[in-house]
Amino acid sequence: MTPTMNETAAMLEADFAMFETWEEKYEYLMDLGRDLHWPPNRAQTDSMLIRGCQSRVWVDHEVKDGKIEFFAASEALIVKGLVAMLLKVYSGRSAHEILAFQPDFIARIGLSQHLSPTRSNGLFSMLNAFQRTAIAHQNA
Amino acid sequence: MSLSPTHGFSTPARTDWEAIRSDFPLISGQDLVYFDNAASSQKPKVMLQAMEKMVAHSYANVHRGVHTLSQQATDQYEAARKTVARFINAADEAEVVFTGGTTDSINTIAFSFGEAHIQPGDEILISGMEHHANIVPWQLMAQRKGAHIKVIPVLDNGSLNLEALDSLIGPKTKLLSLVWVSNSLGTVNPIPYIIQKAHAYGIPVLVDAAQAAPHMPLDVQAIGCDFLAFSAHKMGGPTGLGVLYGKRALFENLPPYRGGGDMIDRVTFEKTTFQGLPFRFEAGTPHILGAIAFAAVLQYLTGIGMRQIEERERQLSQSLRCHLKADFPEIQLVGTAPDSVSVVSFLVKGHHPMDVGVLLDNQKMAVRTGHHCCQPLMDRFRIPGTVRASLAFYNTEEEIGRFLTALRKTIQLLR
Repeated sequence: MTPTMNETAAMLEADFAMFETWEEKYEYLMDLGRDLHWPPNRAQTDSMLIRGCQSRVWVDHEVKDGKIEFFAASEALIVKGLVAMLLKVYSGRSAHEILAFQPDFIARIGLSQHLSPTRSNGLFSMLNAFQRTAIAHQNA
Repeated sequence: MSLSPTHGFSTPARTDWEAIRSDFPLISGQDLVYFDNAASSQKPKVMLQAMEKMVAHSYANVHRGVHTLSQQATDQYEAARKTVARFINAADEAEVVFTGGTTDSINTIAFSFGEAHIQPGDEILISGMEHHANIVPWQLMAQRKGAHIKVIPVLDNGSLNLEALDSLIGPKTKLLSLVWVSNSLGTVNPIPYIIQKAHAYGIPVLVDAAQAAPHMPLDVQAIGCDFLAFSAHKMGGPTGLGVLYGKRALFENLPPYRGGGDMIDRVTFEKTTFQGLPFRFEAGTPHILGAIAFAAVLQYLTGIGMRQIEERERQLSQSLRCHLKADFPEIQLVGTAPDSVSVVSFLVKGHHPMDVGVLLDNQKMAVRTGHHCCQPLMDRFRIPGTVRASLAFYNTEEEIGRFLTALRKTIQLLR
């Protein structure tokens, strides 16, 4: 069975807990970023750009069997890592699950410095985008 | 009245930069390497002391009261204006207007000059390395007035293509508004030469000195500019305060930009007449505490010597440039004009500047990444932005060493 959002978040948390230094944490985050790939047959357009990030971030989605699948890309590796981490938790969930989920794990991982609306990495905007998409598909 | 320049050209005793650094509470004795001075500089103790002194002893509104305290406050505020006038060697302190900052200063001229002198079809000349603050106010004015903006192109090394100047200046050109020191590349434009050239065509010149004023002696009479704008907060002063210098002949005939108290001569519901310089351009209660604190900072800077500050900052930024060039094949310098000061802009090849910035931040290196409010310039170089280290006189060679170590580690992590 697919782990729940909370379970996936807990796994990520456990992964990050293994690292003792900030360097290891960021290396892991960048590895997540390197593994994030935009589907080759999917167009990537300006209308998918998320505002509020210093690097360009594209987010798109598709609904299959009541589950929202998210796709994301970015020019910056750390931002790619952040969004890849979010996709692990958020992608393939129902709108109901997404709206019920509290993303506290980001603070527990120790990446909450990325989570302010005034930070220019777009993490806050990405979370908003996931939630807006979920709201749009709530009654679907 | 005539004021003499205070920046002497004689060589004083060796400057004790270590002692000077200890005047800056936020950075002295800290691990943090603050290389984001082009965004805003750190503040010396004298700034706080001046504010505290006024609040404790002589604070009141200016220009209005007959009571003693208001008179004292007014005297101090006007003395601050005089200090600024001396600092930039203005012929007359009435040519110095306190504004909210460089952006506010440029908006003031864009509006007032536009109202007075711009007709449909007229042209404003700017350059390809302008900060958005020296682009957007002109665009707003151009939209209102049906005017056009022309742009002096930037060469690959980040200097201006001045050969294009003659062909860009035409009978419709009404004003040249130009940055002295580029905030994103560090390029020092040959402002005196350009002003001379524009004046030969009878075109007035506004100089955006936001990044020049903190780093070199200013002499508005020597360079001959018609307007000059800079901000206090980039040179040790408080935020929310800037300076707009205007040569009297042109400045005093411009209409006001904002209406309100202090800028009027006589108000009736039918008609209002306005004050002359400088009050016409200072509507409302000014940033009194800011101006007084800024004057104290200017005296402090003059005490060190702007010539000494310039030399020190050129040395530091050249040292950083040399190390990057010699020891970091992974680095591409953006902006390699022969004359530059303070700012060193670069890219780690193949990596987004933001990744570099985040990894440097984790090592207590404060640098700026992004487009530095110069999107057209970034487009010209076809880059999303740069990593910008901008140095001030209180930075040290030791900090440059630590920065290079942090950068080395950043590059290793990105591999």
